[in-house]
Amino acid sequence: MNVISKEWTGPLCIVLGISALIAVALAPFGESPADGFATFLQGAFGSPQKICETLVKMCPLLFTGLAVALAFQTGAFNIGAEGQYVLGALGAVLVGSNLEGVPSWIAVPLVLAAAFIAGGIWGGLAGVLKGWRDVPEVISTIMLNFIALYWLSALIRGPLRNTVSGLPESGEIAASAELVRFVSGYRLHAGIPFGILFAALVYLLLSRTVAGYKMRAVGFNPDAAKFAGYRPGLIQASSLALSGALAGLGGGVQVAAITFNVTDNYGAGCGYTAIAVALMARLHPLAVILTAFFFGALEQGAGALQRSLGVPLAMVYIVQALVILLTLVLGFHRPGERISEAETA
Amino acid sequence: MSPGDIIEQLLHSGVGIATPLLLAALGELIAEKAGLINIGLEGKVLAGAFAAFAVVVTTGSMALGVVAGMGAGVVLAVLFGFFCINLRSDQIVTGAALNFLALGVTGLLYRTLLQGSGAATTISPFPNVEIPGLAKVPLIGPVLFNQNCLTYAAFGIAMLVAGLYWYTRLGFHVSAVGEHPRAADAAGIPVNRVRWAAILIEGVLGGIAGASLTLAFSNTFNEGMSQGRGFIALAIVLFGRWNPLGVVGAALFFGCATALQLLLQASNIDWLTNNYPYLQMLPYLLTLIVLAVASGSTRAPSGLGQHYHRE
Repeated sequence: MNVISKEWTGPLCIVLGISALIAVALAPFGESPADGFATFLQGAFGSPQKICETLVKMCPLLFTGLAVALAFQTGAFNIGAEGQYVLGALGAVLVGSNLEGVPSWIAVPLVLAAAFIAGGIWGGLAGVLKGWRDVPEVISTIMLNFIALYWLSALIRGPLRNTVSGLPESGEIAASAELVRFVSGYRLHAGIPFGILFAALVYLLLSRTVAGYKMRAVGFNPDAAKFAGYRPGLIQASSLALSGALAGLGGGVQVAAITFNVTDNYGAGCGYTAIAVALMARLHPLAVILTAFFFGALEQGAGALQRSLGVPLAMVYIVQALVILLTLVLGFHRPGERISEAETA
Repeated sequence: MSPGDIIEQLLHSGVGIATPLLLAALGELIAEKAGLINIGLEGKVLAGAFAAFAVVVTTGSMALGVVAGMGAGVVLAVLFGFFCINLRSDQIVTGAALNFLALGVTGLLYRTLLQGSGAATTISPFPNVEIPGLAKVPLIGPVLFNQNCLTYAAFGIAMLVAGLYWYTRLGFHVSAVGEHPRAADAAGIPVNRVRWAAILIEGVLGGIAGASLTLAFSNTFNEGMSQGRGFIALAIVLFGRWNPLGVVGAALFFGCATALQLLLQASNIDWLTNNYPYLQMLPYLLTLIVLAVASGSTRAPSGLGQHYHRE
């Protein structure tokens, strides 16, 4: 019990601190902090419909948050979840739009597998560059984000352009490739429990398997892992690929469950928010479920604030920054973070 | 237009485009030499761009705008220094957080202050100034000596950094702190004070880099307008092999490549105009390729990313 309460004091402080800040920040927009905060909560949780929408917003963050947490645990700083998510969505559309007449039980797994592989290739590219040429993944993944966005932009204006609408968006995937929605009239979809399942799988991989142990060992101390006979380069490259695959799967789920096609700037920042999601969860895959829900609610509530009070959505970025900075103040250290020579000597 | 004119125009705009990259990269070079890696540079450029623009719109003074840009960069630098030097937080995580902060605060202020008030959304940028005499030298003259004041400042600062780095004790101390903080400390160099100085200088240079985006390169501000320039500056430091002149060369290379991309976008080649996102992708793709080629063979300061505290 003691351990649990200690683990959760930090995140709880963060949630309370952020709530107070949001309330105060609302004052200049004309309403009392209490009313503003009520609007925010109403927007995120006010009705079954709104709770469903919060869960829908949570889903991409769950997958990308898991991707970032996994990479960080292995000492690879993957800031490329955004691009990997976009590639996953592109893979899902490419495969999904060619599955007309294919039964669902084949079409859905094919679409999700395509997303998984496409995201994995994008993450793996950064991994190979790191392992082979020692390119810092921090820079390469950011560059790959920009490349993915412009590639998407080129494809939906070129070969993938929607021939029906003529707009810069892709055509839709086959109806049989769409994910199940549970209740008619609500967008609550099968991707959400699927994401929770993946959180459990990532947790098991990292804490209960030899491969996961090696990945964390490399993250914790690459030199020691090398002496233990592991190949840090190969292991980090494959964990970046796996991380990318998770983010890509998130993009594929979003295509198969919500949008059915891809449009410009498809990631809309969820790959960057994922960094705050993972850090707030202290990189614990199961805690990512809760922090992704928190950020899903934040996005949904911020939308309500914008509509009714005109509060700019940029507020969400400030909250992300504060969450990360508060996590640092509370003493977060990335596994394998380079501490001073005096401490390692 | 003759091929000569096209090349001249290309190089001229390349030098202009290189200006914010060079300023930001010089700042990052100094920080990395002292052992600090700051991916929050992107946020400094963005904050500098916004602060400079907002101050010019409200006061009309270009000089105050540049000062405001520096100020915004310094504010972020102080935060970075507090977290990474005093609290010994992870430098990369802190940098990422400060990028979000800059994106959020500039977006919020832009929407509430500038867009809401209906104030002028464009300014008249710094004009190009011909240097008498030198501007008449064929090719070099029009390319290098007919630029705006911030471009001249950027190259002046580059020379200053190179001089300090190679010929003064100060430069030597900064390198020592970045290479081996413990040995530097033993030799009597105040490690964390040098790091604080380095990060504040980076704040100033990152802020001017941002100011040059809104006050010289463009004449307006839009949300997220730094467009990854801070990250490209990080790559430029690596490509320039932590050498001030190498950084100048790498910044010019990226500037000219971007200028070529813009020139091609404006050309009448059918395929290119229909597929312009591929051209927009070019600077980032080039960065990635350059990293793949340049990494491996170079060595970063060995204390990079390390905290230091005395026993």
